[in-house]
Amino acid sequence: MGKVIVITSGKGGVGKTTAVANIGTALAFMEQKVVLIDADIGLRNLDVVLGLENRIVYDIVDVVEGRAKLKQALIRDKRFPSLYLLPAAQTRDKEAVSPEDMVKLCNTLKEEFDFIIIDSPAGIERGFKNAVTPADIAIVVTTPEVSAVRDADRVIGLLEAMEKSESKLIINRVRSKLVDRGDMLSVEDVLEILSIDLLGVIPEDEHIIISTNRGEPIVSNNSSPAGKSFMNIAKRILGEDVPMNMYTEKEDLFTRFKRFLKWR
Amino acid sequence: MSVIIEVIRKLFTHEGGSKEIAKERLKLVLIHDRTSISSEIIDLIREEIIQVISKHLEIDRNGVEFSLEGEENSVALVANIPIKGLKRHKKKS
Repeated sequence: MGKVIVITSGKGGVGKTTAVANIGTALAFMEQKVVLIDADIGLRNLDVVLGLENRIVYDIVDVVEGRAKLKQALIRDKRFPSLYLLPAAQTRDKEAVSPEDMVKLCNTLKEEFDFIIIDSPAGIERGFKNAVTPADIAIVVTTPEVSAVRDADRVIGLLEAMEKSESKLIINRVRSKLVDRGDMLSVEDVLEILSIDLLGVIPEDEHIIISTNRGEPIVSNNSSPAGKSFMNIAKRILGEDVPMNMYTEKEDLFTRFKRFLKWR
Repeated sequence: MSVIIEVIRKLFTHEGGSKEIAKERLKLVLIHDRTSISSEIIDLIREEIIQVISKHLEIDRNGVEFSLEGEENSVALVANIPIKGLKRHKKKS
């Protein structure tokens, strides 16, 4: 039986879709059979981040309303043969799917896949409930900013109320230089405020922008720090004990000076 | 010596520290957010406290005020319960 993971955040633009694409790809890379569901009906994006936008024939609403079989709507990623996408509908709204539909859908998918990863829309309304209801595990994504952490706190409260006891946090776009000089909340600061288990820290990385432009997942790029972090998150999901890079080591003057010399 | 290092460090580092402001603001706003979510719970607590107190005291139920107040890093439950009089307990024989 597969596991259903929802990736959610409350606030938009913190990197949910990127996280879904890359954790999914990383898990497929480790020979897991993975399906990614875009639950953001009306504003679909996971297809373009994955570079699969030209291959959509049917979508999740077609499946729910019986116009297509689930198998017909699933798009297989040719680069990672065990990775599939169930795209959202672009011309409908969130009401087209109910939480019960999602549970039914996931129960069917669980029989064939190791992981079902749901990309939740921003907000805490119907789309959020659709995405969260079928999940066994919730991953909350935030960035070290006041607004994102505030929304994450609200979402964590809602997850508790929905009795999703297994919630974990990803802190995205950490800029160690800013943390170092005290101009960005550190991983420890965010954890202190949210009191939730940490699943991973992703550093700010311009490779993400480049890979999203190309429609290629970042985990296939070995030189990307964010790609490595996503790979480590996938390993942790599989139960491996991977040490956490917090990106907050304070540099003393000496190491600062050494780095300064290296650059020259 | 350590003072000199500190001075040099300050020359090298751009002294920001805006994260402390961010952290304080977040903590305050979350105290507010977290307590406003649980208004049903406050109603529940209010009912139960009134029940307990009215066992022993005669209180003005309509004058009861209940609120959660955030002060810096803590939250306080503030109750204002007007007392009309003492209830006379019948002595058990």
